[in-house]
Amino acid sequence: MSSQVRFTDFKSDKQPTWCPGCGDFGTMNGMMKALAETGNDPDNTFVVAGIGCSGKIGTYMHSYAIHGVHGRALPVGAGVKMANPELEVMVAGGDGDGYSIGAGHFVHAVRRNVDMSYVVMDNRIYGLTKGQASPTSREDFETATTPEGPKQPPVNPLALALASGATFIAQSFSSDALRHQEIVQRAVEHDGFGFVNVFSPCVTFNDVDTYDYFRDSLVDLDEEDYDPTDREAAKERVLDADKEYMGVLYQDEDSVPYEAQHGLDSPMHEVDDGAPEGAMDLVREFY
Amino acid sequence: MPADFNWAIGGEAGDGIDSTGKIFAQALSRAGRHVFTSKDFASRIRGGYTAYKVRTSVDRVQSVVDRLDVLIALTPRTIDENLEELHEGSVIIYDGERTTMQDVEIPDEMVGLDVPLKGLAEEAGGAIMRNVVALGAACAVTSFPIENLDSSLKKRFGDKGQAIVENNKEAARKGLDYVTEEYDEDDLGYDLDTTDNDYVLLNGDEAIGMGAIAAGCKFYAGYPITPATDVMTYLTGRIERFGGHVVQAEDELAAINLALGAARSGARSMTATSGPGIDLMTETFGLIATSETPLVICDVMRSGPSTGMPTKQEQGDLNTLLHGGHGEVPRFILAPTTVAECFWKTVEAFNLAEQYQTPVYLTSDLALAVTEQTFEPDAFDMDAVEIERGNVVDEESIGDHQTEQEQFKPHELTEDGVSPRAFPGTAGGAHMSTGLEHDELGRRTEDTEMRVKQVDKRDRKVATAREREDWSPREFGNPDAENLVVSWGSNEGALVEALAFLEEDGVDVRVLSVPYIFPRPDLSEEFEAAEEVVVVECNATGQFADVLEHDTLTRVKRINKYNGVRFKADELATDIKETLSA
Repeated sequence: MSSQVRFTDFKSDKQPTWCPGCGDFGTMNGMMKALAETGNDPDNTFVVAGIGCSGKIGTYMHSYAIHGVHGRALPVGAGVKMANPELEVMVAGGDGDGYSIGAGHFVHAVRRNVDMSYVVMDNRIYGLTKGQASPTSREDFETATTPEGPKQPPVNPLALALASGATFIAQSFSSDALRHQEIVQRAVEHDGFGFVNVFSPCVTFNDVDTYDYFRDSLVDLDEEDYDPTDREAAKERVLDADKEYMGVLYQDEDSVPYEAQHGLDSPMHEVDDGAPEGAMDLVREFY
Repeated sequence: MPADFNWAIGGEAGDGIDSTGKIFAQALSRAGRHVFTSKDFASRIRGGYTAYKVRTSVDRVQSVVDRLDVLIALTPRTIDENLEELHEGSVIIYDGERTTMQDVEIPDEMVGLDVPLKGLAEEAGGAIMRNVVALGAACAVTSFPIENLDSSLKKRFGDKGQAIVENNKEAARKGLDYVTEEYDEDDLGYDLDTTDNDYVLLNGDEAIGMGAIAAGCKFYAGYPITPATDVMTYLTGRIERFGGHVVQAEDELAAINLALGAARSGARSMTATSGPGIDLMTETFGLIATSETPLVICDVMRSGPSTGMPTKQEQGDLNTLLHGGHGEVPRFILAPTTVAECFWKTVEAFNLAEQYQTPVYLTSDLALAVTEQTFEPDAFDMDAVEIERGNVVDEESIGDHQTEQEQFKPHELTEDGVSPRAFPGTAGGAHMSTGLEHDELGRRTEDTEMRVKQVDKRDRKVATAREREDWSPREFGNPDAENLVVSWGSNEGALVEALAFLEEDGVDVRVLSVPYIFPRPDLSEEFEAAEEVVVVECNATGQFADVLEHDTLTRVKRINKYNGVRFKADELATDIKETLSA
């Protein structure tokens, strides 16, 4: 079946309620194309979404999916994958969802290295609650709840991922359709936790981190002689305060995903009619 | 000499109290004696008073009593803490050479056995074995054949090599010989009979873990918390043999979300925690219920609120389990009443969760969790385990649950409220699950009619289950007695044993022990038939009494214990007598 799958098969018949021009349209299209290109179909794909504008993605895509509680999509995705390693699991979230309420889970998902991809729609603002500062908002970004700016440095998700032992770190831009799709695809293909921070501009509330800003400022790593397997180089790039990069910043090609390390190789949904064979041994242990 | 015998070892945390107690309890069990253990411990790793108590009899024992016959005291405080339970003729084994025990005073009416535990242990190969020397001394006091100790020493130390096992056996014999030679047999008037019976000895947490594996649970995620951690410890290293996996999550929020993910994949999935963890999990609980995900959430209660008394007994979470979470969502709440019932109720919890596609709270408590109790092995008859997976559709049957556009209906409006369930990977079943109110396809809706239909559908599952499943209480005592005593959870054992004390005093009662909190049996008839109703529980406000009053529109009397210690049979009998006559 998979050879005939087109990316539109991953579209549901619900029309997105995102604002016209929202970066999330492009982000989602890239995700659907990446899934189709890597040979998946809606019945073997599990999408986990968080809360917020990004979290709506589960509704607009067609696949097995769950719309989790705020900030906790990653553990749900890990549970799905551990219990059925045959599924393609993709987790979608936003900067608030992933780096604020879900920051703890993010760190642990990274170090757990379950074979799934995590796409974060980073617009550096809270959109659905109508324009408050997010953890990636600039220090002087003025909003109704931070009239003089948050006055604290933004979270650096790439550095956080690297420090936590990430095996795949990438950054993309929703409006650069081909490049975005290619980057997400590489995250899907990665054996382990494929993390992609996607600049996905909010046209309604963020007039600083705009399409023009990213178009002008992003440096594509493909245009320079960059080796993503070089952790030192990645360290330098993710901590670079002057530039923002697009592309795969780091990939550990020897990554062994969680499932392989723990011998999880088959779905757990089969259950015997009665207690499993050999269960009486469990009782004998207590003699 | 009493028919049952009570023994304890006490000292500071870090003195090896737990493992010494367990070795003795196992030796008794292997010698065909029934055992019921209890622990006094503090929330710290080293230091602080801690004790392991063993009540044993050739007959079944299912609670603790206020009596101590032999005490191994490693610290003076051990004697102080237990003074009220010690009696004339009680034997106290201690090491007078131990610095803190040099000036210890043994009350005149008791027998103090000063045994050089450390010195004898060193002779046998190392001071670390001093507790085993004490066990040997205890064998001498009780005429308990020391050979019974050997196999439990082997079980405890076998991994460390045969030499260590032999040294320990030697240490035990040195303790035995010392007491036999130095003391007059007539002072040590205890005699522990043995039988040919085979018993198993395990605690409530272990029984829950074993029940989970028996029920086909393949996935467990948890975060360590007293007194639920032993469930995870039990499963780790065992569930893998049956194709399962345990994850120690970063917190309780992650634990329940991992478990939710696995459940959505189709695995029988569980998490276990205690009160504070339940609070954290409550956020996701609503999603589980609304998305109709089968999940078993085990709450091994401890004393609250907040961090309360983490190592003490309480049944204070009932209101949280019944009402926790915003909005209104159906749930099942099961409360095992004995260690063996921890096993069976766990199996049942998995079946209910999948049959009705709802979260099931399995609520145990500290008293069950840390209590080891002997059972006939067939109390855990694996052949009797039945698995009910509910309405799972496959690729052939899925067509019956699709729209004309071949969209699967995971929240199909059905008469019994149970919708079809497709595991991910099932062709034609792709759908979204959400905590948002949704239509039959699982897609967000704010349509007023659909809202009502979906709420009613979810509630209907409880109504159907009430008709279809058996929610009867367990009954003890005299069914025709005028006085009715009702309890839930771990109080059953003490209550059953209290019956004998009450009978001696001429008090006739009927006992109902309720393992189902929601849905729960309708006790209206029983309440009407009774002259007096007393509800027994380990909390201050009488949470179960409240719901029963609500159900039956009948005022009940209450016995509440909330000092952190479980009910004792003799004490409970006195309480019941006083309450009935009040």
